[in-house]
Amino acid sequence: MECKNRADVVIIGAGIVGASTAYNLAKLGVKDVVILDRGTLCGGSTGSCGAGIRAQWGSEMNCRLAIAAIDIFEQLDDELGLPVGLNQGGYLLVAYSEEEFETLKTAMALQNKLGIKSKVVSLEEAREICPALDASDAVGFTFHARDGHADPFLTTFAYVEAAKRLGVSFYRKTECIGIKVEGDRVRGVSTTKGEIDADIVINCSGAYSHVVAKMAGVDIPNWGERHEIMITEPVAPGVCPPMLMSFSGNYYIQQRPHGSIICGMSPDGHEQSFDTSSSWRFAAEMSKKLVRLLPSVKGVRVVRLWAGLYDMTPDGSPIIGETDVKNFYHSTGYSGHGFMLGPVTGRILAQSITGAKPDIDFSTLDYRRFEQGELIVEHSIT
Amino acid sequence: MRNNCEESITVVCRCEEITIEEIREWIERGYDSFSELKRILRVGMGPCQGRGCRDIVMREISRAHHIPMDEVDPGTVRAPSKPVKIALLAFGKEE
Ligand SMILES: Cc1cc2nc3c(=O)[nH]c(=O)nc-3n(C[C@H](O)[C@H](O)[C@H](O)COP(=O)(O)OP(=O)(O)OC[C@H]3O[C@@H](n4cnc5c(N)ncnc54)[C@H](O)[C@@H]3O)c2cc1C
Repeated sequence: MECKNRADVVIIGAGIVGASTAYNLAKLGVKDVVILDRGTLCGGSTGSCGAGIRAQWGSEMNCRLAIAAIDIFEQLDDELGLPVGLNQGGYLLVAYSEEEFETLKTAMALQNKLGIKSKVVSLEEAREICPALDASDAVGFTFHARDGHADPFLTTFAYVEAAKRLGVSFYRKTECIGIKVEGDRVRGVSTTKGEIDADIVINCSGAYSHVVAKMAGVDIPNWGERHEIMITEPVAPGVCPPMLMSFSGNYYIQQRPHGSIICGMSPDGHEQSFDTSSSWRFAAEMSKKLVRLLPSVKGVRVVRLWAGLYDMTPDGSPIIGETDVKNFYHSTGYSGHGFMLGPVTGRILAQSITGAKPDIDFSTLDYRRFEQGELIVEHSIT
Repeated sequence: MRNNCEESITVVCRCEEITIEEIREWIERGYDSFSELKRILRVGMGPCQGRGCRDIVMREISRAHHIPMDEVDPGTVRAPSKPVKIALLAFGKEE
């Protein structure tokens, strides 16, 4: 395919964030949008993620974004014309100490205030929600029924296919190797397939976003962090329909509608890495947690181990907005929740770029917050 | 498409029940690697991890995009190479 040498907007990275941003720009009438990826769709974090979607957050910003995203997900099949595999089995959050339970309840009060109908559930109710659960050591649970997951591949492909129908050009195997800046503004990108002049450039390159930002001379404090995950063979449904998750227990576990159980945990510390190899150590630790929480699964076989990168920021919240280089934007730093936020952040960034009022004011997600010490405090992450 | 008895239905991936028609539909949309088709259709994601279908899918890609078989991107094969029981991973024995 011949690449264009001019576009209104060039988006770097075809994960969920780039795909949603491209689609929303085209939907709002931007004629000439190019989205490019050095690999292909879902080749980065999006293709390796757990794809959970939850509104049970601890900061107002994350709550607002996540519930707006759930509203979008609930009608996304119709909007995009392809199924995205949404499944709303809820998130069941588990606390293992009084203190942790208090934190969950404080978050829940905030969620309720913002219209998110999360609630405390008893151990018996938790067992009804998650039949195979053995959590006698748990102190308390909260649950939100509209949480769940969608298929990250179907969702991203659906966004890109819908974007293509609206005239967006998608270039695979096209790596951005330079960003052209003249004076105080961006002018385009250099790629392995040639130069593309553009009025606007958006960095959606996930865990590589700090490398791409640097091409325009912009420093962001992001780093990549390896997270491992695994999935079992399909077994009869009803084992763990909700996403079972604990911050102190450090796990998330869920049975997909076709029967496989997917699960992951965070690494120790926050080591900077571009490594996506799997380890037997993770498989062993994760399996021990599984056997403790869902004893009946011990004979189930693990079919696949893999790892992906979180694009981390110092406060675990994303960076969205224009940079010191005019018309060069970021939508990066999504840590462990970019899949669920992509549909809404793509929309609000597109609204802001096209001069519409964004559904949610995201000015506090500006990357200069780190210099100014105005971090977004979020306790509901591992 | 799968419910229409008039159509010829050839299941390529037995684990996930993916048909040749579905494969061809997405190849026509421009996708040309095993990984892409795996992501969108789940072909090769089941217990056999593509042992049964990888060659068939790659042959379809090769034919549709006029590229030699050995230039079709076969994608990554992930660990474990054979399914392993959770108890074995957790305790080093199957109990
Ligand atoms: C194990 C794991 C579990 C997770 N679980 C969840 C979850 O349950 N829920 C949730 O919401 N999120 C989860 N996440 C996080 C989520 O995957 C990410 O936040 C999200 O996918 C980020 O999307 P993105 O589009 O920003 O980045 P990516 O999907 O990484 O996309 C960036 C793209 O940019 C491309 N790129 C990079 N550099 C260049 C360049 N120079 N030129 C061209 N292209 C380039 C890459 O190839 C890549 O395709 C998880 C992540 C991991 C690793």
